[in-house]
Amino acid sequence: MVSDTSRLGFYLLLAPILLWLIVLIILPHIGLFIVSISEKIGPREYETGFDNYAAFFTEPLYWRTFARTAIMSILATALTLILGFPIAYYIAKLTRGRTKTTLFLMCMIPFWVSELVRTFGWMILLRETGVISNALQYLGLIDGPVEMLYNDAAIMVGLVYTSILFMVVPLVTTLDSLDDSLIEAGYDLGGTSTSIMREIVIPHAMPGIVSGCIVVFMLSLGNYLTPILLGGKDSLWFTGMIYTQFITRFNWELGSAFGFLLLALSSLVVFAGLKLSRQSLTETMGRT
Amino acid sequence: MSVPHPDLVCSDLTKDFDAFRAVDHVNFEVPQGSFFSILGPSGCGKTTLLRMIAGFQSPTSGDLRIKGKSMIGVPPNKRPVSMVFQHLALFPTMNIGDNVGFGLRQRGFVKSEIKTRVEQVLERVGLPGVSQRRIDQISGGQKQRVAIARCMVLEPDVLLLDEPLGALDLKLREHMKVELKSLQAAFNTTFVYITHDQSEALVMSDNIAVMNNGQFEQIGTPHDVYHAPSTAFVAGFVGDANKIDAKVTAVNGTVLTLAPDSGSEMKIDAPSSGLSVGQRAQVFLRPEAIELARAGDGVNVSGGVVESVLFNGANSSVTIKDQSGNLLKVALPQTGDLAKLRKGDSVFTRWNPKQARCYPMVGT
Repeated sequence: MVSDTSRLGFYLLLAPILLWLIVLIILPHIGLFIVSISEKIGPREYETGFDNYAAFFTEPLYWRTFARTAIMSILATALTLILGFPIAYYIAKLTRGRTKTTLFLMCMIPFWVSELVRTFGWMILLRETGVISNALQYLGLIDGPVEMLYNDAAIMVGLVYTSILFMVVPLVTTLDSLDDSLIEAGYDLGGTSTSIMREIVIPHAMPGIVSGCIVVFMLSLGNYLTPILLGGKDSLWFTGMIYTQFITRFNWELGSAFGFLLLALSSLVVFAGLKLSRQSLTETMGRT
Repeated sequence: MSVPHPDLVCSDLTKDFDAFRAVDHVNFEVPQGSFFSILGPSGCGKTTLLRMIAGFQSPTSGDLRIKGKSMIGVPPNKRPVSMVFQHLALFPTMNIGDNVGFGLRQRGFVKSEIKTRVEQVLERVGLPGVSQRRIDQISGGQKQRVAIARCMVLEPDVLLLDEPLGALDLKLREHMKVELKSLQAAFNTTFVYITHDQSEALVMSDNIAVMNNGQFEQIGTPHDVYHAPSTAFVAGFVGDANKIDAKVTAVNGTVLTLAPDSGSEMKIDAPSSGLSVGQRAQVFLRPEAIELARAGDGVNVSGGVVESVLFNGANSSVTIKDQSGNLLKVALPQTGDLAKLRKGDSVFTRWNPKQARCYPMVGT
């Protein structure tokens, strides 16, 4: 009797998440998959087959954009880690009490503004008539206005800026849990700053590093706004290509196939990352 | 041949934190191969002192020498000292062998050499063949020994221990006291041990320094510190004692007559107390220095009623309330007929005038 009611409670509590998963994730994906394996042979005439996937591999523009997106995202993830780790280490280990809270909050504040507004901020800074260009001219360092938007570096800046918080937060959490006496013990036993970082701090922070990297990589890979606004029309980002297929070309079949390829890519890279760092997904996600 | 230097010498060592003086002109030396304890209540500055020896904090003034070499300005990773941390600070991401081998790797030893040395030191602490295990697979007592092995493998001149027994349960703590002492004898390394637990200090040490408010109150053997405390603080902090406030009424050679604030007159034989007639004094009387009897008269004898019996095996004691309502804690031997003492029984207490300590009252 008691177990019956508690079981009912369990299912009731489970219901929202199950509904969310089934209605909003699983069903649309099944639908998309069905669309992606339909070939249009005439008006309202479809046939099942993998032609859409074949189109991806035969058209160099598609798979090159795909590879470019993957490599740029990995690069953005690495840059975010390199920039985020010292920030997180400083916040977690070298500051105390109020300063720590303030610094942590200062990292968060930019994220209270919408991503669109933040990206426009970068455009104001980087464009030909923008702040940096004008400042450099005023200082006499350059002769004419210089365009810093619409290139890969601008995309990279935008991606790192958008996702750095998602790297800093898990890193601060894991580094916070590192006992200071472990670092002191390292020095006491003759360790140098480099060897302590390599042998004590980084192995301890590994779950945070991996979970931060997974989140940042997925955010970069699936980002649409930043590459389009900062990279311009020719940014060649794979999400942009999916958008074109769905909205401009009205080719839902090819768009769906692209969507599935992107999903496969992100799963593959995350899996490879976990294997390389010898972490398990449950462990990394459980920690943060 | 030159005279060998003591392993550790501190001269006029002082540490200020802003306006607060944590360590105040501390002087001591520790001879090679001895077990030196610094005993004091929490906040007395003993941890600061230890961290200065390890190199994590630099003294405001004074000098610190290890084997004759000044350590001022030498960073912790260049000092010939190792430290066993309060919570041991074993690296959880490494197995036991890598933990113990950490220091050797930093010193650039080759792999095979590290392996043999790690195995040797683990064997010496009684843990052969555990190097592949993870830290969370061994017990608390074994972790202690791994932490000591991790330091001893580097053959330090001085091993510092920061209350490493604090986290253990009572039974294991008693066991580890004996074990630490025998490990120290086996390695013949100088140990500097800080603790607030007087029994740890008394059992293990060759010498104890009792620290209070950043200063050393007394340095001596455990026997001296217990039986001949040089200040009122030491008498009150080390071991149990009944504290009685009194006023000196007569001085006759070395024998003082004191009148407590309430209760009967006391006679104390104190050769160098420096007290004179009319001065206020604090008298310390150990529970085991007081005898119980069914009947009695003579010097320092008073009658009373048993207020409570605290049975604790061999450490049992009774609280006696005298006629004027003062409470006196007395050790209760479990062998005599008085072992059956019950609450409300009338007894007499008696103590030898040589066994009490008295000190001038401070701050009045």
